[in-house]
Amino acid sequence: MNKVVKIDIDGLECIANSDQYIIEAARENGIYIPTLCNYPGVKPKGGCRICTVRVNGKQMTACTTPVSDGMRIENNTEELINLRKSIVELLLVEGNHFCPSCEKSGNCELQALAYRFGIMAPRFPYLFPVRKVDASHPKIIKDQNRCILCKRCIRAITDEKGRSVFAYRRRSSRVEVVVDSKLGKQLTDELAQKAMDVCPVGSILVKEKGFITPIGERKYDKNPIGSDIENITITKR
Amino acid sequence: MKNTITKTIAKYHKDKTRLMDILIDTQEELGYIPKEAISQIAEDLHMSEVDVEQTISFYHFFSFQPTGKYSIYLNNSVVAVMMGRKEVASTFEQELGIKFGQVTADGLAGLFETSCIGMNDQEPAAIINNMVFTRLTPFRVKEIVRDIKEGKPVVDMFRASFGDGKNASELIRSVVSNNIRKIGPVLDPFYKPGEAIKKIIKMKPEEVIEEIKRSSIRGRGGAGFPTGLKWEFCRKIEADKKYIFCNADEGEPGTFKDRVILTELPRLIMEGMVVAGYAVGATEGILYIRFEYKYLERYLENILQKAREKNYLGKDIGGKKGFNFDIRIQFGAGAYVCGEESALIESAEGKRGEPRDRPPFPVRRGYFDMPTVVNNVETLCSAVKVILNGGEWYKSFGTTESTGTKLLSISGDCRFPGVYEVDWGFSINDMLEMVGAVNSEVQAVQVGGPSGALIGPNEFNRILGYEDLATGGSLIIFGKHRDLLTDVVLNFTEFFIEESCGSCSTCRIVPTILMKKLKKILNARGVAQDIEDMTEWGKILRASRCGLGQTAANPILSSIKNFRHLYEEKVQKNKTFDSGFDLNAAVLESCEATNRIPNI
Ligand SMILES: Cc1cc2nc3c(=O)[nH]c(=O)nc-3n(C[C@H](O)[C@H](O)[C@H](O)COP(=O)(O)O)c2cc1C
Ligand code: SF4
Ligand code: SF4
Repeated sequence: MNKVVKIDIDGLECIANSDQYIIEAARENGIYIPTLCNYPGVKPKGGCRICTVRVNGKQMTACTTPVSDGMRIENNTEELINLRKSIVELLLVEGNHFCPSCEKSGNCELQALAYRFGIMAPRFPYLFPVRKVDASHPKIIKDQNRCILCKRCIRAITDEKGRSVFAYRRRSSRVEVVVDSKLGKQLTDELAQKAMDVCPVGSILVKEKGFITPIGERKYDKNPIGSDIENITITKR
Repeated sequence: MKNTITKTIAKYHKDKTRLMDILIDTQEELGYIPKEAISQIAEDLHMSEVDVEQTISFYHFFSFQPTGKYSIYLNNSVVAVMMGRKEVASTFEQELGIKFGQVTADGLAGLFETSCIGMNDQEPAAIINNMVFTRLTPFRVKEIVRDIKEGKPVVDMFRASFGDGKNASELIRSVVSNNIRKIGPVLDPFYKPGEAIKKIIKMKPEEVIEEIKRSSIRGRGGAGFPTGLKWEFCRKIEADKKYIFCNADEGEPGTFKDRVILTELPRLIMEGMVVAGYAVGATEGILYIRFEYKYLERYLENILQKAREKNYLGKDIGGKKGFNFDIRIQFGAGAYVCGEESALIESAEGKRGEPRDRPPFPVRRGYFDMPTVVNNVETLCSAVKVILNGGEWYKSFGTTESTGTKLLSISGDCRFPGVYEVDWGFSINDMLEMVGAVNSEVQAVQVGGPSGALIGPNEFNRILGYEDLATGGSLIIFGKHRDLLTDVVLNFTEFFIEESCGSCSTCRIVPTILMKKLKKILNARGVAQDIEDMTEWGKILRASRCGLGQTAANPILSSIKNFRHLYEEKVQKNKTFDSGFDLNAAVLESCEATNRIPNI
């Protein structure tokens, strides 16, 4: 069933496999489409909406939409860049993000996107929610102030029996991501580290470990987010 | 308690996908879902506890704490407020000595708010232990509370005679009224069940689909997708199993026509599901009904049983070899978004009602990832009439683009609220005349519920139809004396905030920000720029996954468009900037937190 198809991204003709999502096809063609809730190898759930593109004129999320032959995709338009910027700003005002005191600073995808988009201050008023930090689990800290509710941890972290360690709780603006009290206690070191790595922000932190890589030498301190993908262009084309 | 839970889990064969039913039964038996129950359910279904809890905490009618021997859910919809909810609410609080969200110290009664319960034509209304109490007054509330204190069973608390039609039947016994005010082909009381089944079994499934296509009927659930095409897509996909869902979630505030069909013509709905099943090759139907209509459960189950006895359901239906189809009822548990077709399916699979990413659409991958047709109650009922009388006949009603008839749920400031079946193409002016509203006293009409549009008199000549004002059928009339921004727009916006599933960043955050802006304007702190901001920021919502988020700014955007003067009157003329920060309120808050006495 898997066949080669041609798609058009912002006027550039791209080759893709019919079993790929737009985001994957774009990446292979050296085109960066910003994402937050997407994580390689984990079933996509178009939650953050930041990868919104226009497919044949219609707004769709690139992480959940499979490519098809002849698709015309708009990516870097003024409208979409403004939308993505506003989503980053929305996430910033929704929680409490004090970067200077955050262990994830420099490795945080939200922060990196804010830099990439040149956000100085959000256009929206801060919501300053009152949120808790859950430090009751032996291996991890779950800081609700920083959670952007992207569900990456929910989708990626299960115990050996396939049971979810993390889950949503409630709905609407009251939704939060919580840790199972029993499974949270049994979390192995590897799984705790994986959870921290999966989290795009500093909401899941492994306990008793901090600032191993100094600030200034972290992933996005060196290169803007997405530049790894965009640099492929030069070598590949 | 352990025994009860074990029994409940066994009743649903320890099937994780029946979690909704397990939780509904547990909630009903124990009045809440205690910690021990969650542990046991998690254990038996091989899930983690947080996983069970994420489903529980999604639905309004599930609770981690006892909700009282009598759980009172008072509707807080726009029309309830217009019809005197405030006095009713305060009387409940006074008589019970508790506030909303609380349970009396002795555990006797709990008092809660709830979104529109589908009784807009008989508000204010409340649900008490699954029974609906309509047309409440402070006087009536006092009677009810007296009865509660005496420990009367809920069914003995009614004072009025039962409602009209089947509402009074032995298996319903409810005070809800149908208020059917105009009938047409769908609401025809002389409908004879089984005729359409007899007819289709002599046809090929493709011929059934052809007839539906010929009628040009489009979905009545709001999105207006051509029904024949939907069935054809599903028919053409090869799969081991296919499903038909009847969407009776009816959560759009102001809609109640599906409730009336469920009460008066349930056999028509079931026949519609059988017809759809035959057409697409499905063997199982699921009738998904919102929790608010649980009082119809025994009645509907009985009708299903009778249909099985008559061989309208089951094996070799109507004597046709190999034509097997049966229906089960799935109740929701309080979540408007579950009306969205893919959320409906998620919910029926026992999960949170979060819409799926589409594509793939349910016709390709629906219930258990199998091809699934989701249709509204009214769509399926109309399909039966199309089969009986032909697509050409059906097209003789309505307009070219909107064929057939439409059931309207009309409420608000008019003399005769209720359900009306009219031909598509009916104008708003005609509608107002029909329901006994005096045109000159009408300020606005909300067409299509909160996700639709708020229009003023200059647009009352517009017509109802997919080509002009598309609607799932909810029409709410507001008189001149109503405060549109506070009573309508703010209420609708709060509704969307409460009902968002919370998984899209846009839908989870933007409406709250817009509501704060709106409140700022209502508190006389707004400036002209705030109107522009709302217009601009509202557009972000279009990037949301489902229709809820995409339309969540409609109350604000459509009122800015059509009633801009209401906003302009309220913003400050002499200022271009106001942070909206209220120093006094902030001082009060901080004093409260630090236990100091404010000096203001
Ligand atoms: C938030 C939301 C709520 C909805 N609620 C309902 C509903 O209560 N009943 C319904 O039939 N359709 C509802 N829909 C539309 C369904 O997704 C779907 O389009 C419909 O059930 C298809 O049936 P139809 O083609 O017969 O209209 C809703 C959609 C959204 C986005
Ligand atoms: S904890 Fe991290 S990974 Fe999990 S939902 Fe929150 S932000 Fe996403
Ligand atoms: S738009 Fe809102 S309700 Fe719909 S899926 Fe997104 S968050 Fe959920």
